[in-house]
Amino acid sequence: MPFGNTHNLVKLKFSSEQEFPDLSKHNNHMAKVLTPDLYERLRSKETPNGFTLDDVIQTGVDNPGHPFIMTVGAVAGDEETFEVFKELLDIVIQDRHGGYKPTDKHKTDLNADNLKGGDDLDPNYVLSSRVRTGRSIRGFCLPPHCSRGERRAVEKLSIEALDALTGDLKGKYYALKNMTEAEQQQLIDDHFLFDKPVSPLLLASGMARDWPDARGIWHNDNKTFLVWVNEEDHLRVISMQKGGNMKEVFTRFCTGLTKIESLFKERGRDFMWNDHLGYILTCPSNLGTGLRAGVHVKLPNMSKHAKFEEILKRLRLQKRGTGGVDTAAVGGVFDISNADRLGFSEVELVQMVVDGVKLLVEMEKKLEKGQPIDDLMPAQK
Amino acid sequence: MATSFTRMISSRNTAVIVAMGAGTLASAYLLNDSTAAAERMRRFYPPSADYPDLRKHNNCMASAMTPAIYSRLRDRATPNSWTLDQCIQTGVDNPGHPFIKTVGMVAGDEESYEVFAELFDPVIKDRHNGYDPRTMKHPTDLDASKISSGTFDERYVLSSRVRTGRSIRGLSLPPACTRSERREVEHVVVTALSGLKGDLAGRYYSLGEMTEREQQHLIDEHFLFDKPVSPLLTAAGMARDWPDGRGIWHNNDRNFLIWINEEDHTRIISMEKGGNMKRVFERFCRGLKQVEHLIQERGWEFMWNERLGYILTCPSNLGTGLRAGVHIRLPFLNKDPRFKKILENLRLQKRGTGGVDTATTGDTVDISNLDRLGKSEVELVQLVIDGVNYLIECEKRLEKGQDIKIPSPIPPFRK
Repeated sequence: MPFGNTHNLVKLKFSSEQEFPDLSKHNNHMAKVLTPDLYERLRSKETPNGFTLDDVIQTGVDNPGHPFIMTVGAVAGDEETFEVFKELLDIVIQDRHGGYKPTDKHKTDLNADNLKGGDDLDPNYVLSSRVRTGRSIRGFCLPPHCSRGERRAVEKLSIEALDALTGDLKGKYYALKNMTEAEQQQLIDDHFLFDKPVSPLLLASGMARDWPDARGIWHNDNKTFLVWVNEEDHLRVISMQKGGNMKEVFTRFCTGLTKIESLFKERGRDFMWNDHLGYILTCPSNLGTGLRAGVHVKLPNMSKHAKFEEILKRLRLQKRGTGGVDTAAVGGVFDISNADRLGFSEVELVQMVVDGVKLLVEMEKKLEKGQPIDDLMPAQK
Repeated sequence: MATSFTRMISSRNTAVIVAMGAGTLASAYLLNDSTAAAERMRRFYPPSADYPDLRKHNNCMASAMTPAIYSRLRDRATPNSWTLDQCIQTGVDNPGHPFIKTVGMVAGDEESYEVFAELFDPVIKDRHNGYDPRTMKHPTDLDASKISSGTFDERYVLSSRVRTGRSIRGLSLPPACTRSERREVEHVVVTALSGLKGDLAGRYYSLGEMTEREQQHLIDEHFLFDKPVSPLLTAAGMARDWPDGRGIWHNNDRNFLIWINEEDHTRIISMEKGGNMKRVFERFCRGLKQVEHLIQERGWEFMWNERLGYILTCPSNLGTGLRAGVHIRLPFLNKDPRFKKILENLRLQKRGTGGVDTATTGDTVDISNLDRLGKSEVELVQLVIDGVNYLIECEKRLEKGQDIKIPSPIPPFRK
């Protein structure tokens, strides 16, 4: 809830033990890290915008998690959350991002020329290619904590910047609350439309408040570059197209992002970024690059192979169903993307996807012909 | 036993007493943040920047809200720092239904109704048929001996039930409460209930700690409540920290049941199979009085005042918070086109037997009082008794092929 939280002062009249949440049945990163001592040390703090420890952890308290899937269980309400609640979030980040230390530095590289290859993934197997990330506008609270006025200001700034894009990036904004039935149907058909979140992980953090006020979708006329405004983050930026030319997708992604960033700078606005955590987003899982580069790829034989999971792990890749996270694969078609977000640059992550998918398709072809793939087994990246 | 809670309450009670006496505006606390940044933010974003878009909304809050009211109330807070935005969030997030008018706001504490009276009062008036909290007084009467002819023909009435809610003064309500306040509510109520004797003696089942077998038993009895899924409730924040501090208590006879920390601090239900509404209400009153006495022994009391009666989370439940009803078979009447008007004039409401928002199964319907505020408990239960008896008479007449009459309308409350 916006504009300060003196409710926290009221809470401090109760003892830390009385307030400590029951995390005994919980299995998320926050619950594994938060001890009564840590709670006691952090509960009296708040960010300059009034975001408190309980605000950070509410989603993790309300969603104990799943015995097999480890959710994060904490969100940021503003850029300062990661400083003020460092003692908790540094360890959560370390656990979630493969041992990333509080002293580590994250490199950002949005120069698509540094990507080797990636323009020749076999379109008989690779059906589509996509790169997404998020960006937050410095000086505004994040979706869990922003007021309606702030959210509207983020929308207004974003529309102004996006409207200034030209060439193949030129496009149009569709506000969620104003779109016509025809526009809505078109966005659904293009698979661009996003809905009010239903996941309790998101709802419990307060990011769906005031829906659909100040939410919207922008896309270019070619329908290859898409921006979501005020969904789970201030901005989600997506570049995509059919086929396997990941290089082209990534080039457009970098060009578009860089252009958008300079348009914001012209208006006196920066993106939230620092050299330790990279780009700052609402969920700690999206820190660093916030980047997920992926393909929809046909791997019916690979997916039945006993070593499929092991190979993905070594390639630092992750599989999902084609409906996105938490869906199942349909017809042997998988969504394959990078598993990491923080500690590698954008170019490095896309390179992993390009190289990894190339190898998987090679293996698929071999298996089709009944040949073994043992000599192709990769080393752990 | 002087805990941090009792110390807090003595200071809060003072604030409440001052508030009640000194008028609505004096009790409001201005948001007094320790941070300059928050102050700067409020100045940078005036109320007009934050005014919610309610153009597609159809709830009582949206009908009453104006930019002027919002700008006057936005920067106020109750002594527990509960704000207007927090009261109305559920109404902003849930535009409502073209046919059903929801309330669209909740209280975070007893003081919400005072500090934000400028918005709550017209909402209360809208929801409770013109009851004006500024000028009217609400009567409380839990003397079950005043009830007459409270037993129904059991060829028609299958079961009888009375429910209400009670809030513990000094502790914040479910949308706003901290974990320790919620746990304290549980502790206070469970301690009191353990003092009940005779036909009211029973036991408590904590939601977080019950065994599988206990859970199944409560499901079979239709006693178990789940984490709310309705966005009306979740948007108000009352499902936070589930299932911490929540539980179900029932007596050994299984006809007196209490829910703890669901939508309100407590929900109290008296019920039994058959048509003896008088006995159901008698047990209801007796149980309520004993629980009240038991908490008073330890220095606690229920939230109540003479403008609004018993204070509950949702303004729709103010006054008595009482719903007295029966499950009744009315095959002929249910098909008669006059049924709706008869119910309306009797100030009764029909629901499906699964509760609010369910459809009827077969010819069995749930009939209960429409009103909550402006009439006492005794008056409302008597109204249900008289009304249900009238419906049974109509049914019998229709069975014999005789005609029925629409009764003249009962006024919602004495002015």
